[in-house]
Order: sequence, then structure tokens, then C-alpha cells
Amino acid sequence: MIDLLTEMFSYAFLVRAVVVGSLVSLCAALLGVSLVLKRYSMIGDGLSHVGFGTLAIATALNAASLTVSIPVVLAAAFLLLRLSENSKIKGDAAIALISTGSLAIGVVVISLTTGMNTDVCNYLFGSILAMSHADVRLSITLAVIVLTLFALFYHKIFAVTFDETFARATGAKTGLYNMLIAFLTAITIVLGMKMMGALLISSLLIFPALTSMRLCKKFKTVTVCSAFVSLVCFFIGVVASYLYATPTGASVVIVNIAAFLLFWTAKLRGIIRKRRVSS
Amino acid sequence: MALITCEDASFAYEGITAVSGLNLEVRGGEYLCIVGENGSGKSTLIKGLLGLKKPQSGSVLLGDGLKTNEIGYLPQQTAAQKDFPASAYEVALSGRLSACGLRPFYSKADKAATDENLARLGVKDLRGRCYRELSGGQQQRVLLARALGATRKMLLLDEPVAGLDPVATQDLYRAIEKINRETGITILMVSHDIRSAVKYASHILHLKNTPLFFGKTADYVKSGAGTGFLGEFAASGNRPPQGGGRHD
Repeated sequence: MIDLLTEMFSYAFLVRAVVVGSLVSLCAALLGVSLVLKRYSMIGDGLSHVGFGTLAIATALNAASLTVSIPVVLAAAFLLLRLSENSKIKGDAAIALISTGSLAIGVVVISLTTGMNTDVCNYLFGSILAMSHADVRLSITLAVIVLTLFALFYHKIFAVTFDETFARATGAKTGLYNMLIAFLTAITIVLGMKMMGALLISSLLIFPALTSMRLCKKFKTVTVCSAFVSLVCFFIGVVASYLYATPTGASVVIVNIAAFLLFWTAKLRGIIRKRRVSS
Repeated sequence: MALITCEDASFAYEGITAVSGLNLEVRGGEYLCIVGENGSGKSTLIKGLLGLKKPQSGSVLLGDGLKTNEIGYLPQQTAAQKDFPASAYEVALSGRLSACGLRPFYSKADKAATDENLARLGVKDLRGRCYRELSGGQQQRVLLARALGATRKMLLLDEPVAGLDPVATQDLYRAIEKINRETGITILMVSHDIRSAVKYASHILHLKNTPLFFGKTADYVKSGAGTGFLGEFAASGNRPPQGGGRHD
């Protein structure tokens, strides 16, 4: 086992991938709790498709992909929130519109420039080789910002997640906090997208939160457990993908599925035991 | 001076006037029940009183040093809350959010106040329990403790007994009355339950898009609006309708 890990970490690209991946998993897991409870899960999915479009355009223009993607995805996050709050086009329809729209634009841009090749596959399903040195520096900076803001606004995020009406009535700027959640999500998605793939990145948001909600009963423990589950699943996923030469993003998601099933059965067993004791 | 004064106020919901011609004065320590049928503008009025909706015309004035963010609000529960993973304590503590201001974390005083409010409502021993596993009545008490955390002067309760069984309903009414009597906090309650309204409230506002009656409860029972509304329930022999026309 130790031999395997030393062998793995002798590859510089793997070290970079694990560092960025762990940070992204952590951010995603923390934000995911709020997104799932606020019924915003699909916003994460929509944003990742927008990210695919911008990634394709950035490559076509030969620009630094993360620096181009972040502002565009932030703008999309702003737009999606606005649309889902006060528009004739309802939230889920708006998300479907924007995500399929940007997917189509991305595919056309790729086929016009480099042609439909492995690039498309890498963007959609991720590649462990994708992180450059510049990407790593930017990712670490942004991830630290996301984590700090989350810690500072933790209680406010709880309040708007649990009861937006009450929070607004007692003078909290709920619009601002919703925007904060969406912006932090947008940054997290862009950072994780190259490695996890546009189609898979939103699983990092949703799975750890849902998994820890099976067993945990307090918001704080759900948040902490979700971060922990996410990190462990990511690490196991990377090692498995190295061992069996499977795509990293998909491997991490499969480990997350396994964790979810594990927690779920643990909960069911707990319920059955309780019934036995009471009967 | 009164805590809340409405002068010829009117409020609109999605462009349509829902409440108009409202003249209202609520003083410290009063217990005002706002009654009326579905669609009579009660929910819109609440948004107006909380400052979430500007009056279409007329004015809403707050006095006695009351600020809009100092009204302890008990909203109707949403579906999402029913399976929310949070402890009763975490929920109640979030009532101190406005007291917290720009500080990122709650102070010792916030935590002590939350424990005191939970104790006042008799749910302190549930503080570590998961909110979604509590009974409907216990959940409402936790939310009431949260509302108490946000105010020193006024509670605004939107259909607090909706969906509760008769025993839990009476328990909650008694708890609310106790808060009113012991702390002098003004209660504003929106309710369908006209009989309990008459039993507990000191003042009644009967709304049907415009006020049909506003004044002391004793006068309401004798008034035309009161006998009409009370009589309807007596004649039908049914419990008053439950659950409001919720619109967010």
C-alpha cells in the first residue's frame, strides 16, 4: 500500500491533481449541503455545462482556460439565481435552457477549431493530466478564499438555507447570501471541472451532502461529515483510477455512490434495530 | 406611542390590491389577532408589517424604538424544513442572526439567550435533538424560541397552529399567552381559529381585504362582523378551516 502511494506521488502531475482535487472536494462538499437543502442542486449541474462551453471557447482562442471560465460562469450563476427567483421562465426550465445551450455552443466551437477529438472527451469526463502549474496556483488561492468565506458566513448560510423568509424578516440580506452561495459554487465548479469533467463535477456537490444526511442530524455534523466523506472518496477514487487505469472523475463518482449506499444501509439497519428494541 | 401605526395603508400582491383602507394601532403588551377567510389579505398584510413589502399607499409607522428587523417572526413552515438536518438548538440560535450584525460568529450572550428562550418554551431538553424528528407542536415551540431570540418587543405569528392536533394547539396557545403575560411582548397573530382568537386576544382585526372590524375583543363579539363570523362556525358545526393560501 505504502509502495503504491510512493510510486503514485513520484509523478508530479498526480501530486498536482491530488492537491487541487482535495481542495475542490472540500469546497464542493461544504457548499453542497446548502445547495441540496435549498433545492439548488440543478444549478450546480447547469453551471458545469456553462463551464464546458467557456472551456471550449477559451481553448479555441488559445487563452488561459480558468481565467476565461471563471467570470463567465460567475455571470451565469448570477443569471440563474435571478431567473429562478423572479421570472416567467421557471428555475428548472431556465437551467435546462442555459446548460444545453452552452453545451451545444461548446461542441460547435470545438468541432470548428480542433475538430471532434479527444479534447471533447477530456472536457466532458475530465482528465487527470489537465492541471498545469498555473492552474494549481490559481486553484489553491481560490479554494482558500472559498473556504474562508464559507467559514465566516457559516451561520448566515445556515439561516438562509433553513428559512429564507425568517432571515429576510429579521433584516438579513438574503439576496446577498444567496448570491454568495452561487458565486462560491461557480468558482468551485470551474476549478474542479478540468479534472472531474463537465458532466461529472456536480456529483462532488451533491453526493457527499446526501450521504452524510443519511446519518447526521445536526447541520454542523452534516457539514463536517460531508467534507470528510468527500475527501476520503476523492482519495480512494484517485488511487483506484491509478490502479485500474480508469478515468479519475468517473472513479471518484463511483466511490461516492458506494459511500452513499453504505450510509444508507447503515441508516436502514439503525431503523430496523430501533424497531426491534421498541417491539 | 404605539409600536405599529397604519394610516390608511393599502398593500398589493402581484399588482392587485389585497388590503386597503387599513387604520391600525398596536400598543405595547397587546395581543392582536388578525382573522379572516382565505384570500382576505392576511399574508400580504404580514409582509407589509415586516417591511418586506412597501405599502401601495398610506403608511406603516413603527414607534417606541421598534425596528423592522426586531419583530420576531414565526412564518408558516415550508416543505423543505420538515426534513431539514439541524438540531433544535441550531434552529433557535439562528434567531439571533440580526443581533449578530456583522460579527461572523455568535457570542456567549447569544447562546445564553437562546438557551433561556428554549427553556421558556419548555423545550430545552430537546436542544440536541434533530429538528425533523420532533413533533409538530415541538417544532413550533422551537421556531417560537427562535422568534423570541430576534425580538424584545413584538412577535408576529403566521397561523402558528396550522396542522397541529387539538392538544398541541391548546398547549401552544397557552405558551403564547404566557409569553405575552409574563414578558409583556406584544403578540400579533394571524389565525383562522376564530374561537381561540376570541378566547386569548385582547384585540381583533377582522379582515376581508378591507377591515370589517378593529378593536377590543369584547366589542368584537357583540359587533355585526363578529357575530356573523362566529355564527357561521357555530352553524356549520365544523372546526375552522386550516392552512392559509400560502404565497411566497
